[in-house]
Amino acid sequence: MHMADALISPAVGIGFWAASISVIALCANKLKNTFNDKIIPLMGVMGAFIFAGQMINFTIPATGSSGHIGGGLLLTIILGPWAAFITISSVLFVQALFFADGGLLALGCNIWNLGIYPCFIAYPLIYKLIAGNSSNNKNIMIGSVLGVILGLELGAFSVVSETVLSGITELPFLTFTGIMLPIHLLIALVEGTVKGAIIIYVKNIQPDLFYAENHSDNAFLNLKKALISIGVLALITGGIFSWFASTHPDGLEWSLGKISGQEELPPKETELHKNLSRLQEKTAFLPDYSFGKQESREPENASWLAVSGGTSVSGIIGGIFSLGLTILIGIVIKFFRKRNLVNTQ
Amino acid sequence: MSFNQFEFFDLGYLDYLSYKDTFIHRIDPRAKLIVSLIFIITVISFPKYEISSLFIYFFFPIFLIAMADLPAKVIIKRIFIVSPFALMIGIFNPIIDRKVIITIYGLGITSGWISYFSIIIKFILTVSTGFILIATTSFPGICLALEKLKVPKVFVLQLMFIYRYIFVLGEEVVRTMRARELRSFGKKGYELSIAGNILGTLLLRTIDRSERIYQSMCSRGFTGNINLSKKINFTLTDLLYTLILSAMFIVLRFFSGSYAVGRMLLGKGS
Amino acid sequence: MSHHIIEAQDLYFVYPDGTKAINGISFKIIHGESVGIVGSNGAGKSTLIMQMNGFFLPTSGSLKIGATPVNEKTKVDIRRHVGLVFQNPDDQLFMPTVFDDIAFGPLNLGFSKEEVEKCVDESLKMVGCLELKDRPSHHLSLGQKRAVSIACILSMGPDILVMDEPSSFLDHRSRRDLINLLKKFTHTKIIVSHDLDLILEVCERCIILKDGKIQADGKAKDILSEENILKQNNLELPLTLQKNNILK
Repeated sequence: MHMADALISPAVGIGFWAASISVIALCANKLKNTFNDKIIPLMGVMGAFIFAGQMINFTIPATGSSGHIGGGLLLTIILGPWAAFITISSVLFVQALFFADGGLLALGCNIWNLGIYPCFIAYPLIYKLIAGNSSNNKNIMIGSVLGVILGLELGAFSVVSETVLSGITELPFLTFTGIMLPIHLLIALVEGTVKGAIIIYVKNIQPDLFYAENHSDNAFLNLKKALISIGVLALITGGIFSWFASTHPDGLEWSLGKISGQEELPPKETELHKNLSRLQEKTAFLPDYSFGKQESREPENASWLAVSGGTSVSGIIGGIFSLGLTILIGIVIKFFRKRNLVNTQ
Repeated sequence: MSFNQFEFFDLGYLDYLSYKDTFIHRIDPRAKLIVSLIFIITVISFPKYEISSLFIYFFFPIFLIAMADLPAKVIIKRIFIVSPFALMIGIFNPIIDRKVIITIYGLGITSGWISYFSIIIKFILTVSTGFILIATTSFPGICLALEKLKVPKVFVLQLMFIYRYIFVLGEEVVRTMRARELRSFGKKGYELSIAGNILGTLLLRTIDRSERIYQSMCSRGFTGNINLSKKINFTLTDLLYTLILSAMFIVLRFFSGSYAVGRMLLGKGS
Repeated sequence: MSHHIIEAQDLYFVYPDGTKAINGISFKIIHGESVGIVGSNGAGKSTLIMQMNGFFLPTSGSLKIGATPVNEKTKVDIRRHVGLVFQNPDDQLFMPTVFDDIAFGPLNLGFSKEEVEKCVDESLKMVGCLELKDRPSHHLSLGQKRAVSIACILSMGPDILVMDEPSSFLDHRSRRDLINLLKKFTHTKIIVSHDLDLILEVCERCIILKDGKIQADGKAKDILSEENILKQNNLELPLTLQKNNILK
């Protein structure tokens, strides 16, 4: 459920980048103050562990399909929220680069979706309250499953919100939510169970390993702090959304209007589309950009309205032709490189 | 998000490519990072019904693949293995948005299909840019770039550790899986409890390892501060590379090259 | 520089779980000496070298490096003088590239960037691996990893080199290179190993440990050729000294 570059608008991408980077900076700062230098190598290898752990696919009972562990909650239980957030962010960064899971611009969204919720919401509000420091297996299992469910569902909901805010897909908000949440409920059930099993196994063998629990006294999250940080996060999120609302005055309205107007109002559709495409023109680049006028001088490549008649045909032919030409040039460059190599050898 | 044995070896291959020595590989990692970001932002800033203007942007990945001597086939294959989330979500566009806007030989094309096609192109462009970035820039180089761009050190250090130990732990997992396969007689997948135990063991070993790494760090004078030192010079070439490519992306964003070429070919004056 | 560079007096160490690992050890090692420490598994070899680096502090008795006793206060300083080469290079080399790894120590010592560069080059030259400088660690062979591990200790300019199983994971050729390298060093060397032939070649002195106590301490050539002493300590003659050869 990694968000992809192709689905988001630059404003959403950059907005979430800014938000995620500020949380990373906050965590880095926290870590500096509560420094136990042992945590540095532990965080590092735990990040690698998440990758390696993902190579082990397990069977999801009764479905025949398979799943693998994600990271957030397990990292938080072992490292504490601040360190875990940095670790999960770095894991996502590596995934974005090496596996193109998500992509560079969507990275901000992905860090937000997969990092914030497990570290700062699911862990303090669910896992810690239910499982706490106890070594009761049942509590650990319940806390883990519920924690993963909450984390993943919030993440899935964010994916929907980000997609709809970006306005690249036609999928209505409610339908999309209706698809995403049940799927992730299933995934979360399995993942939560496996994580519970891991924690129980490790606790039985080496009960003193859990960093966050053992260091709760020196400024790792207690409930009060958790509530404060959630408050801050809510403010940040609210800030982002209201920023959208103010720079794109009809962004939210638009997505809402689409859901309600989609099926019953065919006559309005064209009208709506015109509005949409005008809106798209406006929102296409960064908010408050100054290129708007230029674009209206060249309306033919600004929106779908232009996709008619000769201009679009010439556009497509020209596009394909240039594509062919670049491929050809590419092949020629490669050919000469190889010849050079042979000559020098 | 899927990471299996196959991808683990593939990861090694991308890593191997990144240590080649070509003009592109020698460009400062900061320049490549910035250019890639600008490219992606420009591409996804196109309106959702845009197709033709996007075509011209293929020049960038193709140019890089050629100049950096990357195996085009591998890159293309990887693009299609990537998690198809965007394509799955995008497929709803043609289903929901069915307004016919252009008819070619009696075949109606709906705006939904056009926006879907646009998503596919954007997807290919952004994903290939990511792959090419990592195939032309060594990961330590990227870490260095991030450090110089003032990303918090703890974060950069995390990336370095992950990069170093992903291969070590990956091999450990491959060995464990082989050992299990030997005794599982063709049964695929793990029952949940077994997966829990295997992962638990791996976790314990990982934590033990972090203890030894910590000792190694301490025996070399680690006291909580990490100092990173490596000089990289942002040369004139790097500057030109950044400026010229970024300028091209932005200019092409507003003056579609595709249309100009197309008009020329069709013999229509503008 | 004190004459005795390492001095242990009635040293004991008990793990937090109650395992008695070191049970009253006394020895003196003089400057420039190279000493092999051998013994079967669980004899206390690894515990002993972890004490020399201040990771485990003596439960009772004392251990002095130079004139400084190892304790909580001095351990950071002592690590500068005692360079520990780990058994598994994957634990020791934790940075992404060879350069970063070797530079880690000197940077912590507060060297300037130019000094660090120089230091890295010199240490790599000493182990004959200058060409590996910009390679990522995971691309190295095990022999190369071992050499780089030693280089990153050398870059700290230690007086004493302590090595845990230096020949493990190595093929014959890399092992031979390692032996030649170790013979060149003039540092005080302490080598813990099961590879008795390596000890025989590199060290002039040998200490046998069993159950945390010293069983024998003397010239390596004498001790390692005494079949009875070795057998009592669950060891075997070094291969080069074995006469009941298969070919015979």
